[in-house]
Amino acid sequence: MEIEQGRGNTPAESPFQRVMPGIVTASTDEVFALARKSSLWPLTFGLACCAIEMISTFMPHHDLDRFGIVTWPTPRQSDLIIIAGTVVKKMADPIKLLYEQMPDPKWVIAMGSCATNGGPYYRSYSVVMGVDHIIPVDIYVPGCPPRPEALMDGLLKLQEKITADARARKLG
Amino acid sequence: MTTEEQGPESGPDSEAKRPAPITAPKGRRAPDAPTVEAALTPSGEALAALLPDVLAPFELEIGADIDEVVCRVAPEHVAEVCAALKSDTRTFMKYLRLITVVDYEENDQEFEVVYHLYSLEHQHKMVLKARVPAADPALPTVTTVWRGADWYEREMHDLFGVVFSGHPNLVTLILPDGFEGYPGRKSYPLHDYDEW
Amino acid sequence: MPELPAQPTPPTRIDNDHGGTDMWINMGPQHPATHGVFRMELALDSELIVDAISHIGYLHRGSERLFENEIYSQIITLFDRLDYVSNFNNELVLVMAVEKLMSLEVPDRAEYIRVILCELNRIASHLVFIGTFALDMGALTPSLYTFRDREKILALFEATSGARMMHNYFRVGGVKQDVVDDFPQRVNSLLGELERGIDEVDQLLSHGEVFVERTRGIAVIDGETALDWGLTGACLRASGVAYDVRVDEPYSVYDRLDFAVPIGTAGDTWDRYYLRVLEARQSIIIVRQAIQQMEPGPIQTKVRAIARPPKGEVYAHAENPRGDFAVYLVSEGGESPYRLKVRPPSFCNLMPLRDLLIGHYVADAVVILGSLDIVLGEVDR
Repeated sequence: MEIEQGRGNTPAESPFQRVMPGIVTASTDEVFALARKSSLWPLTFGLACCAIEMISTFMPHHDLDRFGIVTWPTPRQSDLIIIAGTVVKKMADPIKLLYEQMPDPKWVIAMGSCATNGGPYYRSYSVVMGVDHIIPVDIYVPGCPPRPEALMDGLLKLQEKITADARARKLG
Repeated sequence: MTTEEQGPESGPDSEAKRPAPITAPKGRRAPDAPTVEAALTPSGEALAALLPDVLAPFELEIGADIDEVVCRVAPEHVAEVCAALKSDTRTFMKYLRLITVVDYEENDQEFEVVYHLYSLEHQHKMVLKARVPAADPALPTVTTVWRGADWYEREMHDLFGVVFSGHPNLVTLILPDGFEGYPGRKSYPLHDYDEW
Repeated sequence: MPELPAQPTPPTRIDNDHGGTDMWINMGPQHPATHGVFRMELALDSELIVDAISHIGYLHRGSERLFENEIYSQIITLFDRLDYVSNFNNELVLVMAVEKLMSLEVPDRAEYIRVILCELNRIASHLVFIGTFALDMGALTPSLYTFRDREKILALFEATSGARMMHNYFRVGGVKQDVVDDFPQRVNSLLGELERGIDEVDQLLSHGEVFVERTRGIAVIDGETALDWGLTGACLRASGVAYDVRVDEPYSVYDRLDFAVPIGTAGDTWDRYYLRVLEARQSIIIVRQAIQQMEPGPIQTKVRAIARPPKGEVYAHAENPRGDFAVYLVSEGGESPYRLKVRPPSFCNLMPLRDLLIGHYVADAVVILGSLDIVLGEVDR
């Protein structure tokens, strides 16, 4: 049986490839975004209960390595910070300092209800009502604490966001 | 007794950021709540009988709460009483379980400092209580008796402003530096948070 | 009882002006080996630690003040979040305090369910300790094994309470709902897997030469001093003091169960580590017995939906994975406590850190801190 070019699951013949075989064109923003999203290095930084679930997510049962996500203990080489837990007023300045130490581009995930809006401690005198009062947040992961699956979903959403942002930048 | 007025917060009120002075909603506090009955174990009764002997020089008021012997002393004697309880071979209270402060400012203008002690040798447990005036809450430190009292006293200093005189390092422990007010006290507004 | 090693007299530090040739280094609050947001400053003389200052409070959430404004069933949810590695054990202490105040009798089946879940939680907590302790020393592999086994325990917890970590399952006078039908079978097969898992990690780690070199004789504390500092749990028993709340003041149904309390001799870091391995094995024995003794029956005493204990004061405590966890509850007869103070074992276990660190190498600092097994949610509350 002969396979007809351009039908079924074979790609259509491209005149472009005939002229310049093996060449792909894309905007640099999109290529960088692909690289960035495929190797996110979150800072090893746990605050409270959510940190245990975050560690569970990194451990073999859920295995974040397959998304290219590897923890890194210093902010200077990380590009993602996961705020996993309650942010209290005493911790607010260190968190801001950590965020400012990270090189651009950088992203923030607020994990759990405490980091989102104070959660069960919304009446407390010493808790910051959400980490977005201190640093800008890209993704909010709901839950108290969120399941590892929820955090993984948040990370995948962040990957989508990184590519979508690059595309939007090209258009704008 | 104005027990009706110092009740806890209700659910819906908590939505407001800085609500008016806290008033008890109906039904949250029983006006004539029953009091729990004390029933000391034999070992507790033995300890209660022993205490006046061990602490002979001090004025004591011995009672009981459920299964614990409660001993009230004057605040200025706390350190000496604790030292006596720890060193006396009949009590041997070597394990300091807990130091805490209970706020009775509204009714009695007093704070109650509570020490929970335990003796591993005799398996005796007891509660030592001292009341200090809320206007000038000060009493001697027990860090000289148990080293484990160190952080408890610093914490209580942070939260209630109780001064433990003689403490080697009575500085801020758990609150941020420069925090104003004593958030453990009931008079401290619970909803007092600033938007950052 | 072993003697404390001779320690250099530390310089006392009142302000930043320490002079001399020391170097002060800062560790935390963001440091992978501080198990949360603990911060310490270390004064070094070449590689030796000569002084240390601990800073806590980076997770002070004001829980004790919040307790005074919530009804008891709401406080259970906040207790879950205190020591967030052993949630069931925390809940147990609170409900025990309220039950003691109300003189409630809890049905046997509920007590057995509680004990089984608490002991499984102890194993889960010790597994986290073993994994992170090895991680502190640079051994990544054991943590992969321990977290694999912990997931299996969490799966059972989820089947029972509906949540992996924050269960909110114990109630005043019983438990929320009965366990799943095949609970005994599930637990038994889980125990077999856990036994193998613990043995595996034990063989992998405990007697390795490098591991023993780094932990033997490090941060020795003798029994008298440990008790003076208020140390409890494995930290105290490693120093040779046999104090376990489950044995000394039995609560729940522990008086019907037969188990041993492992006691250490040297009081050093290795003992503190190995006691937890032994304790996890004892927990398996406890759960086996409890499963056998558990019989069908009611799981909840009849009690007002919103508990209203009488006026009075109560002190209830239990043996948590980290030590003697206690609750001092003052009730004025309302639906909320007048004062609820938690005795956090991690808080006390952390206190002697300065004494333990002084005289050791800076590389041992994380190992010593790790061996105390602190959870900052409980230290700061």
